[in-house]
Amino acid sequence: MSSTMPTTSASEPTTYRDSKRYWWWLPLFVAVSPTIGIWLAKTTGQIGWTWFTPFLWYVFLPIADALVGRDESNPPDAAVPGLEADGYYKALAYLSVPLFYVSWIVGAWAVSTQHYGWIGYLGVSLGVSLTNGLALVVGHEIGHKNTRFEKRLAQIVLAVPAYGHFSAEHNRGHHKDVATPDDPATSRFGETLYEFVQREIPGAMKRAWHDEKVRLARQGRSVFSFKNELLQSFAITLVLYGAALAFFGPIVIPFIVISTFWGWQFLSTSNYIEHYGLLRQKLPDGRYERCRPEHSWNANHLISNLMLYHLQRHSDHHARPTRCYQALRTDRAPELPGGYPLCFTLAYFPPLWRALMDPRVLAVYGGDITKVNIQPSKRQKILARYGKAGA
Amino acid sequence: MARYQCPGCGYVYDESAGDEHEGFPPGTLWSKVPDDWACADCAVRDKVDFVKLEPPPAESR
Repeated sequence: MSSTMPTTSASEPTTYRDSKRYWWWLPLFVAVSPTIGIWLAKTTGQIGWTWFTPFLWYVFLPIADALVGRDESNPPDAAVPGLEADGYYKALAYLSVPLFYVSWIVGAWAVSTQHYGWIGYLGVSLGVSLTNGLALVVGHEIGHKNTRFEKRLAQIVLAVPAYGHFSAEHNRGHHKDVATPDDPATSRFGETLYEFVQREIPGAMKRAWHDEKVRLARQGRSVFSFKNELLQSFAITLVLYGAALAFFGPIVIPFIVISTFWGWQFLSTSNYIEHYGLLRQKLPDGRYERCRPEHSWNANHLISNLMLYHLQRHSDHHARPTRCYQALRTDRAPELPGGYPLCFTLAYFPPLWRALMDPRVLAVYGGDITKVNIQPSKRQKILARYGKAGA
Repeated sequence: MARYQCPGCGYVYDESAGDEHEGFPPGTLWSKVPDDWACADCAVRDKVDFVKLEPPPAESR
């Protein structure tokens, strides 16, 4: 094979070709995958197809990541502006937005009319919860951009998982406070996923509401104004969920509950693994040091990165939050033991998660536990265990 | 009217334009922007990190 390859390529002037260009259709396939599963279940009579999307996330992706491995390639600096200006990538992200509505509506229809029994009902609900999670990833990508159109589109896509406060919470809250004890969306060393979720979900809501209130107050408006961007997005959610309830009846309620809360879990678990234990140190002037690559956990696994719009290249994202997904780079950052799909499952089992992650956190700080973001309730126990009692 | 730029992402706060979405009407002076305000686009850098931009030659008197 190699003997037939042209050998002149090295001497030709090279323009950068993005090898992942056409692979960015993959998340769109995932976004409609619950619909594909429902259709396959209907045509084959096999109820198992309703579990197509959960199978994709929890089984197929970790295996695919293990087989295909990591992608250490970066676009060269000179190619980044061109990549960012290419409307093709933006268009693909926009195109996914209606698909999340399709998956949600088809899911609501299926559980209400297809007489699945609880196994099929649960499969479809969990499948839609995962596309709701992906809707949050898209809302995250678009919500970071600075045009009015993109901010609106983010509100629309975030309405599907009922998380309209995400843009306010994430852009003005999480990015400002990341990897500090002040951030409800940064998990602490020793904190289990279950403890974190109880702190993160209400904490994020509170911070978003507060920040929106401050923003509106500067405009001389009440927090209950029609200009409240949280309430605008929640209004769309109310119409969507209300219409489904009116149309399909109470049978759709468990679907709404499962797909919404498990979708939120998707976001919470992502947040949990993205900054576990990492801490920006305080500077002499009392401010926290600027967010640098070592304040986020990264995963360079190719397949899950293609499915998540490079979200796993999280360090570069926090260093340059407005950079588009296709241009995100891998840099010298602490590495997770696997891609997000695998790490989700690890995080569900706290002893397993801690056994794998605690040594990694310590390695980031050269073994100095006092530099770690520690869960306050476990502080003394953890300090004693790592030989710094009384610190 | 002066302009101030975020050293991280390049966002520019222009006093003459203000930033309506952030709640700063046109003409809001930089000194009236709260000290704990973070960059509207990236939120990685705070007000104190911003760099004052020199006016372009055409605009200078």
